[in-house]
Amino acid sequence: MKYFPLVLANLGRHKRRTILTIAGVALALFLFASLRTVVTTIGAAAQFGSARRLVATNATGIVFPLPLSYANRLSTVPGVEAVTWANWFGGRYGDGKRFFANFAVDPVSYLDMYPELVMPADQREAFLREKSSAIIGKRLLEVFGWQLGQDVTLQGTIFPGDWTFTIRGIYTPSDAVLNDDMLLFRHDYFDERIGRAGIAGWYVIRIDDPNRAASIAKSIDDQFKNSSTPTKTGTEQAFNATFATMWGNVRLLMGTIGTAVVFAILLVAANAMMMSARERTGEVAILKTIGFRDGTLFALVMLEAGLISLTGAAIGLGAAKLLYRATNFNAAGFLPGFDVTPSTIVIGAGIALLLMLASGLVPALRAARLPVIQALRHVE
Amino acid sequence: MKIPITYNVRSVLRRPLSTALTALGVGLVVAVFIGMLALANGFNTALARTGSDHNVLVVRRGADSELSSGVSRETVSILAASPHVATGPDGRPAVSPELYVLIPLPRPADSTALANVVVRGVSEQAWEVRSNIRIVAGRRIQSGQAEICLGRKLVPRFAGTAIGQSIRFANRDWSVVCHFTAAGSAFESEIWGENEQFMPVFRGEVFQSVTLRLKDPAAFEEAKRAFEDDRRITVDAHRESAFYVAQSQLLGRILQILAVLITSIMAVGAVFGAINTMYAAVASRTPEIAVLLTLGFRPRSVLASFIIESAIIAAAGGLIGCLLALPINGIVTSTTNWASFSEIAFSFRVTPRLLVAGVVFAVVMGVVGGCFPAWRASRLQVVQAIRAV
Amino acid sequence: MALVEIRDVHKTFQRDSQRIDVFTGLSIEVPEGTFLALMGPSGSGKSTLLNLIAGLDKPTSGTVRVAGAEVSAMTAGQLAPWRARHVGFVFQQFNLLPVLTAYQNVELPLLLAPLSKRERDERVRIALGVVGLEDRMDHYPRQLSGGQEQRTAIARAIVADPTLIMLDEPTGQLDAKSSQEVLGLLQRLNQEFHKTIIVVTHDAHAAQRAKTVLHLDKGELIEQQGVAR
Repeated sequence: MKYFPLVLANLGRHKRRTILTIAGVALALFLFASLRTVVTTIGAAAQFGSARRLVATNATGIVFPLPLSYANRLSTVPGVEAVTWANWFGGRYGDGKRFFANFAVDPVSYLDMYPELVMPADQREAFLREKSSAIIGKRLLEVFGWQLGQDVTLQGTIFPGDWTFTIRGIYTPSDAVLNDDMLLFRHDYFDERIGRAGIAGWYVIRIDDPNRAASIAKSIDDQFKNSSTPTKTGTEQAFNATFATMWGNVRLLMGTIGTAVVFAILLVAANAMMMSARERTGEVAILKTIGFRDGTLFALVMLEAGLISLTGAAIGLGAAKLLYRATNFNAAGFLPGFDVTPSTIVIGAGIALLLMLASGLVPALRAARLPVIQALRHVE
Repeated sequence: MKIPITYNVRSVLRRPLSTALTALGVGLVVAVFIGMLALANGFNTALARTGSDHNVLVVRRGADSELSSGVSRETVSILAASPHVATGPDGRPAVSPELYVLIPLPRPADSTALANVVVRGVSEQAWEVRSNIRIVAGRRIQSGQAEICLGRKLVPRFAGTAIGQSIRFANRDWSVVCHFTAAGSAFESEIWGENEQFMPVFRGEVFQSVTLRLKDPAAFEEAKRAFEDDRRITVDAHRESAFYVAQSQLLGRILQILAVLITSIMAVGAVFGAINTMYAAVASRTPEIAVLLTLGFRPRSVLASFIIESAIIAAAGGLIGCLLALPINGIVTSTTNWASFSEIAFSFRVTPRLLVAGVVFAVVMGVVGGCFPAWRASRLQVVQAIRAV
Repeated sequence: MALVEIRDVHKTFQRDSQRIDVFTGLSIEVPEGTFLALMGPSGSGKSTLLNLIAGLDKPTSGTVRVAGAEVSAMTAGQLAPWRARHVGFVFQQFNLLPVLTAYQNVELPLLLAPLSKRERDERVRIALGVVGLEDRMDHYPRQLSGGQEQRTAIARAIVADPTLIMLDEPTGQLDAKSSQEVLGLLQRLNQEFHKTIIVVTHDAHAAQRAKTVLHLDKGELIEQQGVAR
């Protein structure tokens, strides 16, 4: 556009002001992207889950176990293809400051149920062979400095004592939402050590037809309804979704803060535009005298506001996207797969447009409506 | 010679819109600052109030929360016989063995959302031993009945919580006979019922914790050693207050870190806004500065004057921020305390100290923002400035 | 036909409760190709007259015609492009945009015309050549002397080849030497390039260089010197 040099020249008039304002917008959009990504990441975790997997827990509460004997009975339910089980262990490593999920699983059936846990075949073999072995997510290599073949000792909190395992496998999750910092060890080892209590924390069940998930879940629950340990069965997705709600009203919190952030930067940008506009009344008059139309002047001011907000937005959103990718950020395990989504970027661009309008509209209208005669008094 | 502050105040009022925008920007940062710290504060306070320095909480060795612990009846008897334990008003040892489990309750707003609510089995002693428990509605639980007492914060947040109604869990209906308060502590998010009623339904013959009142609170270390060295039992003894405070560490620290991080980034943006405003102010007032210098005011008075002006604008913003944040005080919110896996409801807590911190924060932003422009103003050569008159 | 026809023009300003009558029935004709100096004490309405001719202001009653078009009846939307085509204006000071170079300042009116970059470049260079500032075209206004600034403003005023060039006290802020430069330039523009020029001025030297001098006092035409063609 041939008017571009004029707009750029105006922005360059107060380089410091322009740079500070762009930087402010960049910071605000960076914050916004970060806050929204917390919400989207929790949301993605809530969505995760295969349509063909069901999770069965104790109906009384998730903290109560189910009998191991249910495994056989579950596999006879029509529609069920495979069954596996796991027990939450909750062990601590070292000073316990870095939390990570660790639980006991039935080795063959669990790995079979979760092809998302990708591991070399020889490591898988080793895990299936050795009773006191464990497999870990690859992030734990950097977090604790562990190595393949190393012995690690966890402090049991629910099941007291020192528990030592040998790391025989390192898995990489094929889906970013799946935690890459878990430790899984063998259920038979676990069961033996706690005196053959024969308990399972939860069961995971693969079914043949995802459309029948609801009815199969119901038939499972019906089977155990009147026993001393009734079950509550639902899709894996529903199970994960309830965990997401346990955070509390995070969406509201992040949304409120995000709004405050956007509002604050709006004030900064509007102030900057206003100051620039006020200083240029005389020049607007000259341009109008030369013959520039009101509409053109309106557009020039809006363009100026737009350049500031869009440049700032590009920097802020880009920085957020790159930073979290580059550092592989996952909030110490609590937010796996933390990544700025395209929707966040689109909304960020929308905010930039909003900023452009809100900061530029009044000065642009004033420039357009400026009665030349009045303004000429500024000139002379 | 000091430049009078009225000069600054009047100058600020001469550009009302610019001043207002800058102050409001600062105000928003302060509001978020106070708001987030009030959230962290509320959470920490709820847990800090949950325990008393007079009590010892005993759990199985290695357990980091009541949930993962298991304490047998024998252990309870051994502990009750200890000379360290105070005697209650009825002559019995002040000992409260308790069951602790979590049950899922659906939230009325969204039935797929479940909250893991604490159900605590108690005996008569609990009402005495645990601190600050007061029944505010209804009557005490009758022994042998499927009755429960609800912490007050549960009442508005779930269905069936009014006196006379009932809540269903573990395949039984439990009738609500009272509501209790506990000075805003975590207990107010719990369901209490009789041990004997809960045990057969949940955990068999095992308690999760034992809380005892010390005869002499100063002798905690001695008592702790006595319990932990006793060969007959395998326990960890904690000061009750310290135990619950430790439970708040994880989430409390996260909230505080978040608060500092978010408001720091916002503050930088607000400072940029202040810098812009002050530079513009200096530029437009160059002739006035020339006059001041000609009159004989020293450059450093000019420096101080502009820094003060920036601080005044920011302080006004700080007050606005306080006003914006005040209304959230007392609002109840809830989250899952990951350390204990249980849902806890607490109120935002805005303290006077927090408000003062907010205003101080604002003034700091103002001083930082005003530094460079004020420096520029003080370096102005009179000759230069006169030319602009 | 005269280039500028002012017929029975009244202009009244309302300032708070005070009513100021600048013109009460003024009529003037300005022929094409003339170099006219408008003189008079302050408050006589010289600047107002200039503004009326340029379409920057409207008369309370009466008509103003420039090159056959009734400027006093045009809307703001019509006046902008009209001015771009027909009028080159120079103020006493602050003519140039400080953020643009001399070249870019002179180019401004051409941005309003459908010309290619090359065509614009050509005309800008010619205009700067006429005022003798080709070697300064990349300088910013703060790097130019007062006289050079005004000559740049004149270059901008002529670059689009307007029908009429109007200047409001162009030498008011200049020293004697710069004033001479500017006035000499104006004379050249009129004699060599046949531009119609109207100058509002206090400066007697300017009046000397002009072909026609009109004296205004209290909104009325007092004297007319020189040949009206």
